[in-house]
Amino acid sequence: MIGIEQYLALTSALFVIGIFGIFLNRKNVIIILMSIELMLLSVNINLVAFSSFSGDLVGQVFTIFVLTVAAAEAAIGLAILVIFFRNRGSIDVEDVNVMKG
Amino acid sequence: MMLTDDIAVVMPEMILAVYAMVVLLVAVYTGKDKMAGLITNLTAVVMVGIASMIVFGGEGAQSAFGGAFVSDDFARFTKGFILLSAAGVLVMSQDYMKRHGMLKFEYPILIALSVVGMMIMVSAGDLMSLYMGLELQSLALYVVAAFNRDSVKSTEAGLKYFVLGALSSGILLYGASLVYGFAGSTVFTDIIAAAEGHIPLGMLFGLTMVIIGLAFKVSAVPFHMWTPDVYEGSPTPVTALFATAPKMAAMGLFARVVYDAFGNAIPDWSQIIALLSVLSMFLGAIAAIGQTSIKRMMAYSSISHMGFAMMGLAAGTVFGVQAMLIYLAIYVTMNLGTFAFIMSMERDGRPVDDISALNQYSSREPLKALAMMVLLFSMAGVPPMLGFFGKFAVLKAAVDADMAWLAIAGVIASVIGAFYYLRIVYYMYFGAENDDLLDRSTSLAQWVFLSVSAAIMIVGIFYQFGAEGFAAAAAQALVK
Repeated sequence: MIGIEQYLALTSALFVIGIFGIFLNRKNVIIILMSIELMLLSVNINLVAFSSFSGDLVGQVFTIFVLTVAAAEAAIGLAILVIFFRNRGSIDVEDVNVMKG
Repeated sequence: MMLTDDIAVVMPEMILAVYAMVVLLVAVYTGKDKMAGLITNLTAVVMVGIASMIVFGGEGAQSAFGGAFVSDDFARFTKGFILLSAAGVLVMSQDYMKRHGMLKFEYPILIALSVVGMMIMVSAGDLMSLYMGLELQSLALYVVAAFNRDSVKSTEAGLKYFVLGALSSGILLYGASLVYGFAGSTVFTDIIAAAEGHIPLGMLFGLTMVIIGLAFKVSAVPFHMWTPDVYEGSPTPVTALFATAPKMAAMGLFARVVYDAFGNAIPDWSQIIALLSVLSMFLGAIAAIGQTSIKRMMAYSSISHMGFAMMGLAAGTVFGVQAMLIYLAIYVTMNLGTFAFIMSMERDGRPVDDISALNQYSSREPLKALAMMVLLFSMAGVPPMLGFFGKFAVLKAAVDADMAWLAIAGVIASVIGAFYYLRIVYYMYFGAENDDLLDRSTSLAQWVFLSVSAAIMIVGIFYQFGAEGFAAAAAQALVK
């Protein structure tokens, strides 16, 4: 029987992979977008698991909201990436460095 | 409760959201960018109208949609400032955007939508409305940060803001899912009941992650790394917006979450916020010293100011929240005036953000230099100006809550921070002779905001415009 612990272990692993994907990735901004998506989807599994184990539907409603927002977020991220590419001619993470911060 | 009752509570947000969508449709099908100036003014008028509707309309605390949306004195206070400051930014930025070819009709509409998000944030009574409000605000702001599409800096600012903003939303959301799992509900009133007595470890973990996500949004150290770049790269009016309304909204949401959902666990979050506060105050004060761009300097200045505002929150008392609100109100007013000044800094029709361009500025424009000096003194917290009273209130709140160490750290940080504000005053009055003169290009709106905000810094000493009373009522409504 798969318990809530297993789900939590899975989601926290996915979430940490997502965070590391953002910080360790030195190549491409698209990979950052994928990592962000991974983080949000790990949250979704978390919410559905909690919802199912506690018999409360609200978590699944939350999941639908998160899915919608994730789609909008990806669309805006890609749009910003496109105009950045037009100006800079590259989407390498190393080239996002006109300003030093 | 009937649906119509619920809708009556969210009416202000509803009006602004419907307004934004209708105007978007009208503008797309008719005049497009020719209408941009008209829409900008109209949006500012609508925002001021909604602000007066909120401030003078509501009484007491109402909640709608099963507790997901709360309208109380706290929400009314913060919403009033959010709407007025966003309207102010719109009015004073119009001239700037027009001259630099950025006055597109999407600009006021995106800002209106982000303001809807901010209003939902400060009214959130549920993890879902918290997240949806936060995202509505952030998504619109990512786009306005990259609004100057042909500039590498602006698009880079948008990209950086997007990546780190999305990361912070992800962390906040993971925390929210843990809180939901351990409390069994997403409504704040249920969460506070579940956190009664001993807070479960999983929920504490969730709370910490929610605080980290919010700290990103208020640009608290160590989650501030996006701030200087985004402030520098964005068009100046957008920077002015970032420094005012979203800060108010994010701090409002911060206070909302820690009190409404975790008001039973004050010692648990108070120490985290105190740590964020100390780090922000010091890093903001020290890192700003080396900056040559005034926009970057203002970024570190806002990090430091957020540290002070969080000091009031960390106190965990009614007076602490009141002090935080007063501090934020003064901060927003000061920043509107300061950014009106920064927006008018141009040389040969091109925006300039070099601090050294201000050398000997007072000899050419004595009145503007004087107004800016008042604002800079106020930001540094020099006693006669209003900024001092804001700092005094949060320091007193920290001392009253037995956090004298935090107050002492605040005083030291504010002394360090005074250096870089006074350096600008020094440049303006005693700087080296400068051949590269700045243009005399101040629009009427910029003049009005600069002089009114400077005047408030002085008049506010004697007459607080009732802000103190409103802030006290707001704090009472939040802290039960």
